[in-house]
Amino acid sequence: MSVPSAEAPVLTAHRAGLVGCRSCGRVWPEAETTCNRCGSTLVPPDRRCLNAVWAWLAAGFVFYIPANLFPMLKTSTFGGLRGNSEATILGGVVELMHYGNYGVAAIVFLASIVVPIGKFIAISWLALVAGRPATVQAAHKRLRLYEVVEFIGRWSMIDVFIVAILSALVQLGFVASIHPGPAAVSFALSVAFTMLSAQSFDPRLIWRGLPLRSRKDHE
Amino acid sequence: MQTEGEYDLSTGAGLIACPRCDALHVERELEPGETARCVRCNTVLASPRAGAFTRIIALSFASLVLMVGAVFFPFLEISRMGFGNQTSLFGVALAFSHGALMPLTVAVLGMIVGLPVLRALLLVYTLLPLARNRRPFAHAVPAFRLSEALRPWSMAEIFVIGTAIALVKVAGLANISLGPAFWAFCGLILVNAASNVFTSATTIWDAIEDAGMATDGREIVPETRA
Repeated sequence: MSVPSAEAPVLTAHRAGLVGCRSCGRVWPEAETTCNRCGSTLVPPDRRCLNAVWAWLAAGFVFYIPANLFPMLKTSTFGGLRGNSEATILGGVVELMHYGNYGVAAIVFLASIVVPIGKFIAISWLALVAGRPATVQAAHKRLRLYEVVEFIGRWSMIDVFIVAILSALVQLGFVASIHPGPAAVSFALSVAFTMLSAQSFDPRLIWRGLPLRSRKDHE
Repeated sequence: MQTEGEYDLSTGAGLIACPRCDALHVERELEPGETARCVRCNTVLASPRAGAFTRIIALSFASLVLMVGAVFFPFLEISRMGFGNQTSLFGVALAFSHGALMPLTVAVLGMIVGLPVLRALLLVYTLLPLARNRRPFAHAVPAFRLSEALRPWSMAEIFVIGTAIALVKVAGLANISLGPAFWAFCGLILVNAASNVFTSATTIWDAIEDAGMATDGREIVPETRA
C-alpha cells in the first residue's frame, strides 16, 4: 500500500516463510493450513496446483470434441417439407453468413470457436511456463493473459443460452421448430471444465521465477 | 488487538499478501474512497466505499424483486403466419428437458436464476448486521465465502446478451415481442453491475472481523471505534 513503483524489489510472503490467503489476503505462518479469518484453505504457491489445471483442461478438451462433431441445433421448417437441418457449431456459423448475418456469425464464431481454442492454448502455455524465470515485463504480460482468460471463460456459455432461448421460442408447430442437439451438453461441460481449470491455476506461480534483489524492502 | 502500522514478519500479523503475486504489504485501515493496489502487479487489494454495505443490501433486495418479475412474467413472444408461441424464463430452461439433455435444464436454471438469488440472499445475510455496526450473524464467514465462490458461476448478464443475439437470429423469420420479464432481466444486470462496484471482498472480510468475529486478536480496529 506504499507508492507503486515497477522497479522496487518486492518481498513475497513465500520468501518470508509465510503463506498468504488467496481469498482474503491475511498472512499466516507457513505451517498453517486454513485461514483463520475466512476459513479457506491456505495453499503455498507451488507447482502442485498444476495437476488440477491439466486435469480440468484435459476434461474440457475431451468434451470440446463431441461439441463440434454433434449437432447443436435441429431445425425443421414447414413440417419438414422445406427440409430438416442439423447444424453443428461451425455449420451454424456458415449458415448465418449465408443469410447475411455477418455480425451474429462473428459473435458466435468468436464465442464458440476462437475463445475456447484460445483458452486451451493460453492455459497450457501459462501452465508450461509457470515457475520458470521471467522478466518483470514477461510476468506482467502473463498475469494480463491470465486475467483475460479468467474473465472471458464464462462468456463462452452464451452459446448454450442462445440454443436454449431459440429452442424455447421457435416452436411454431408446422411453420418452424428448433430443438437442441447433444452438442449443447458437451459444450456446456467443456466450458465449465475450462473455467475450473483457469480457477485452479495459481497466478502467484507467474511471479515465482522473478529474480530478487534484496530480501527486505519497502518497509 | 493489532496496532496499525505494526507488523511481525515471523507470524504475518499486520501484513497483507497480494492474492495475485504474493507480494507483502503492511496493512492499514483505509478511508472510504481510497483504493489500495498491489505495488507489483497493480491488483486492487481493497477499495472501501462510503455506505457500501447499505447500498449492497439495497441493491440485493432490488435484484430479488426484479428476479421475481423476471421469473413469473412472460419473457418473449413470437408469431408468424398465425402460429404463435410465448415462453417464460422457465420455458427457456425447460428447452433442454428432453432425454439426455435433462441435466442441462438444472444447470441453466441454476446459472441464470438460482445462483443470482442465492448470492443476493447470502450478501444480505452477511452485511445486514455489519451495516448497522452489530456483530455478524452466526456462519457469516462461510456464507460470504460461498457467495464469493459462486460469483463466476452466476451468469445472468451473459444470458441477457445471449437473448439479444438469439433475437437478432430469429428477427428475420418471425415477429418478436419482448415481455416484461425481458426488461426486468435487463434491470437486473444494471443492479448487479452497480452492486459489484461497491463490493470489495477484503473490506467485507475486514468488517466481519472488526465487528466481533474476533479470530485471534490480530484484527486492526480503526481508532474512531476503538
